[in-house]
Amino acid sequence: MDTILELKKLQKHYSIRGGVLRRQVNTVRALDGIDLDIYRGECLGLVGESGCGKTTTGKAIVRLHAATAGSIHFHPANGDADMDIARVPRRRLKKMGLRSKLQMVFQDPTTSLNPRMLVKNIIAEPIRERERLTARQLEDRVLELLVMVGLTRDHLLRYPHEFSGGQRQRIAVARAIAASPEFIVLDEPTSALDVSVQAQILNLLQQLRRKLNLTYLFVSHHLLVVKYIATRIAVMYLGKIVELAPTDQLFADPRHPYTCALLSGIPIPEVGPRPARMVLTGDVPSPLNPPDACRFHTRCPFCIAICREQEPPLEKNGRGYAACHRKNEVPGLVATQYG
Amino acid sequence: MSAILQTRNLITNFYTYEGVVKALNNVSITVRRGETFGLVGESGCGKSVTVRSIMRVISAPGKIEGGQVLFFRDEAKPDEAEDLLQKNEADMQALRGDTISMIFQEPNAALNPVMTVGEQVAESFLFHRTASLARDAVARMQDEPGAYGLSGRLFKSFLQKAAGQDPRLPMLKIADRLPLLRRWRKPLLAEALKRSVKIIGQLGIANPEEIIGRYPHQLSGGMKQRIVIAIALACQPDLLIADEATSNLDVTIQAQILDLLHQLKKTTIQSILLITHDLGVVAETCDRVGVMYAGTVCEVAPVRALFEKPLHPYSAALLNSVPKLHQKGELAAIEGSVPNLVTPPTGCRFHPRCDKALEICLQKNPELKRMAQDHFVACHLY
Repeated sequence: MDTILELKKLQKHYSIRGGVLRRQVNTVRALDGIDLDIYRGECLGLVGESGCGKTTTGKAIVRLHAATAGSIHFHPANGDADMDIARVPRRRLKKMGLRSKLQMVFQDPTTSLNPRMLVKNIIAEPIRERERLTARQLEDRVLELLVMVGLTRDHLLRYPHEFSGGQRQRIAVARAIAASPEFIVLDEPTSALDVSVQAQILNLLQQLRRKLNLTYLFVSHHLLVVKYIATRIAVMYLGKIVELAPTDQLFADPRHPYTCALLSGIPIPEVGPRPARMVLTGDVPSPLNPPDACRFHTRCPFCIAICREQEPPLEKNGRGYAACHRKNEVPGLVATQYG
Repeated sequence: MSAILQTRNLITNFYTYEGVVKALNNVSITVRRGETFGLVGESGCGKSVTVRSIMRVISAPGKIEGGQVLFFRDEAKPDEAEDLLQKNEADMQALRGDTISMIFQEPNAALNPVMTVGEQVAESFLFHRTASLARDAVARMQDEPGAYGLSGRLFKSFLQKAAGQDPRLPMLKIADRLPLLRRWRKPLLAEALKRSVKIIGQLGIANPEEIIGRYPHQLSGGMKQRIVIAIALACQPDLLIADEATSNLDVTIQAQILDLLHQLKKTTIQSILLITHDLGVVAETCDRVGVMYAGTVCEVAPVRALFEKPLHPYSAALLNSVPKLHQKGELAAIEGSVPNLVTPPTGCRFHPRCDKALEICLQKNPELKRMAQDHFVACHLY
């Protein structure tokens, strides 16, 4: 399959400074060695609890912050030489076209749109950056984009505060596709929206992906939403990917205990018999000093000696990958312990 | 089953610059003894305003304009109801946190950052259970005379008075206002903290003795929410109102809290009024559900009936718009967005977004009609 992005051993550490001399006293290991291939045209879901590094991954890819170590190789569609996003000097990012090819949609459209700009200018800004157009051409382009996201000409000369949450998110999506990107990071694009509006945005994103041949990284904590939109899902825990599999396989045959717990924890909006719930004890440990070896061992119900000593590698499992020492036993263990 | 709480045609308005926001328009719901009643709807539909009106904690521009909130205190006398809207503030204060208590959405905002969590749990005992705390303190002093040190010895007579009589005694009230005499409450605080340790321990927090001395910022989100639940459960309320109690928590923590509520339902609490926007939470925890839209109740049904055969077009559309575990095909989104409640649509408030709207829907507001045992719907189609 055609790869668009390759993340290799990606790390992002935030240093905490303290004392009079502002010496480094500790590090938050937000990302601690992420290996991930993203294929062209897919929608990769990234799920996990808050603070596990989902958003940090997304931001590192669009280079909103620089990674501490590791590489992000980007293979452009037009056959240009691939480049390491993590290593490109900041001032050259725009020149190399990375800014327009990699776009991002943020969680809360109320804060991600400039309240003092007209919708027309918000959407025109990325276009102006790339090409010189006459005012009329520009307006036509903006209008075309607005129609594409389900808005009309009436909305052109309004300010963001005049729109509802769902409409604002549509504007944010229009701004992201205005730069004709190849890849978009969607950072919880629906979690600030109501359920009835959420469905509208999800359907819109699906359509746009097919129409414009886009690749998505869909970051969310809501598993059912990710299941609906993503073709593959990566589960993160404390700065590491613990399981990566095609959506159907992940839901049918999860191999990491954390994935099992996440799946059984989703409140399902259906009545009828439901599988027994696997409730984890305790909270996510602090990324300031994550547990040694397998990071999940402090909360894992199936922890054995090796889990406290060795870190499990992300190994192939069926059509996906799982990072667990007991990945072959997990389905049986879950069945016997939680029925 | 008899009712424990009933609202009748509750109307609440907010007087803002833009105009009068008609947040609640004749909301009538009934919570029965021993059930978990879910109130579900999108943001701005009036779920929270409903429970805030019930508790009478609507603030400044908001005002309860009409209706009744009937509370049936005594199970044995199902005809004797008290209208909470007619009560004075002192009586309401005695009621809140004692017979009806509430869990708020955001544990960070619900907890006081400059008090230890133990003190915050102890507050509900100190406020509502003064006499019983004083009795405990007096009993303990009889066993070991030096139990509370100097303040115990000095204020023994105060404690005995508080234990024997109404703690709202004028003498004690005056003592509360004087700097040194105020210390008569110290033994009470010690007793209240003891009880806090017990209740926090029951909610599944390891070593509660240590936790009660911590401040909210030292605890994780799930722990904070447990503390908020402990405050609400301290006085063993008859009715617990949970306003989006799990919405801001992570999936695994949410599972823990839902599990906890489920266990508590079996042991401690009788009735729960659960507010949520998450249909999954409703399906898992509730017995009966009320669906709200733009300040009106559009359907009330047992949870099974609602999920299998929703009658109101909005309930049906809402159920179709959330992704399921066995999702087939595209999600059916509801077109348009929630109306502005300053100028709500005439007639049925859902008609602009309803694909089955009739002529009459534009003119007349439908009333709740009984369709089956326990199944009510407000729609002109029926």
